[in-house]
Amino acid sequence: LALYFHSGEREEKCIIEDVPSDTLVIGNYKVQRWDIQKQDFLESAPGLGMFVTVTTPSAEVLLSKLYGPQGTFSFTSYLSGEHIICLQSNSTRFVAFAGSKLRIHLDIRVGEHFLDESVVQAKDKVNEVNVRLEHLIEQIHHISKEQNYEREREEKFRKTSEETNSNILWWAVVQTLILISIGIWQIKSLRDFFISKKLV
Amino acid sequence: MPLQVSWAAGPRGRLPPLLLLALAACAARASEITFELPDNAKQCFYEEIAQGTKCTLEFQVITGGHYDVDCRLEDPDGIVLYKEMKKQYDSFTFTASRNGTYKFCFSNEFSTFTHKTVYFDFQVGEDPPLFPSENRVTALTQMESACVSIHEALKSVIDYQTHFRLREAQGRSRAEDLNTRVAYWSIGEAVILLVVSIGQVFLLKSFFSDKRTTTTRVGS
Repeated sequence: LALYFHSGEREEKCIIEDVPSDTLVIGNYKVQRWDIQKQDFLESAPGLGMFVTVTTPSAEVLLSKLYGPQGTFSFTSYLSGEHIICLQSNSTRFVAFAGSKLRIHLDIRVGEHFLDESVVQAKDKVNEVNVRLEHLIEQIHHISKEQNYEREREEKFRKTSEETNSNILWWAVVQTLILISIGIWQIKSLRDFFISKKLV
Repeated sequence: MPLQVSWAAGPRGRLPPLLLLALAACAARASEITFELPDNAKQCFYEEIAQGTKCTLEFQVITGGHYDVDCRLEDPDGIVLYKEMKKQYDSFTFTASRNGTYKFCFSNEFSTFTHKTVYFDFQVGEDPPLFPSENRVTALTQMESACVSIHEALKSVIDYQTHFRLREAQGRSRAEDLNTRVAYWSIGEAVILLVVSIGQVFLLKSFFSDKRTTTTRVGS
């Protein structure tokens, strides 16, 4: 758990994970609170918890749980798209408490499959290569899933571009028609007007 | 996608404990995060790095405004190792000159109202070998060599895939922006056209309407 960032006590920090469907996402976090007296981050903060909320691309809440100061959460996406993982502490201290902040260590792994370490440590040579191969196969499956998802997104991209293209064409035609018909109406209307006013 | 091989960070039971500790200190870690940077905001990330570790920071802006962000990387002494303003994408490799906490920040402070979505990938250390050479009597077997080369190839496939995914997301974001802009602009233009031309006619008519003072009559 190496990478960390700072956040306010009651601030919600979100990260975005764009994943294909049926993908397992595992997150590890650790949170530390700033101590005014010691002027340092406390190693463990009892009673401090983190709300972890995961939102699917269709704005549904997939996971919403309170974990302790250190924890692991995971979810499997059933839709492909941008999932938003939000972390917020359950601290009830007032925000006005100056100088209070949190240090959040975070590590997110996507498409990972749990490796049984005891199997790896087996002395049997064939077994080890077997295990490595299985992992490679899982990796390839994940890559293949990503490729499929990429195809879907590229299709959406292409549709948007084609829509823009036809929009431009259609609106240009409409505007030209409006221009011509308004022009005709203008001239006709003015001519009738001047004739009625006996100026012509 | 951090298909970071879990075995790379896992413990190696066959090695003596001291070596394990040393390995753990320079174990490869890669963190990838995609986050939203609100306007006028700055977000910093910190990481403890051991001396001599080769690290790579790569970032890309996916959506928002002109798709650019300020980035700054500092070492534990506060010396700026990397500083770029308004960059869309960059990759920076450095070797840690001393132990300590390195800090890198992304800033959107120059933007007044656009949120940016930023992706970064911070790779610390090299990946340890798949089949460690300690406790080894013979060279790698063909199977093992094949595994190693497949693993390397897959790692680069994943790398390319991630780059492609980000570029595609950026392109799609621009296309969607363009689409909405074209729609709104065209509707607005059509409305203005109608309003102005109808208004012109009525205005002209009003110039010639009967007023108490001036009336031009033709004939007597």
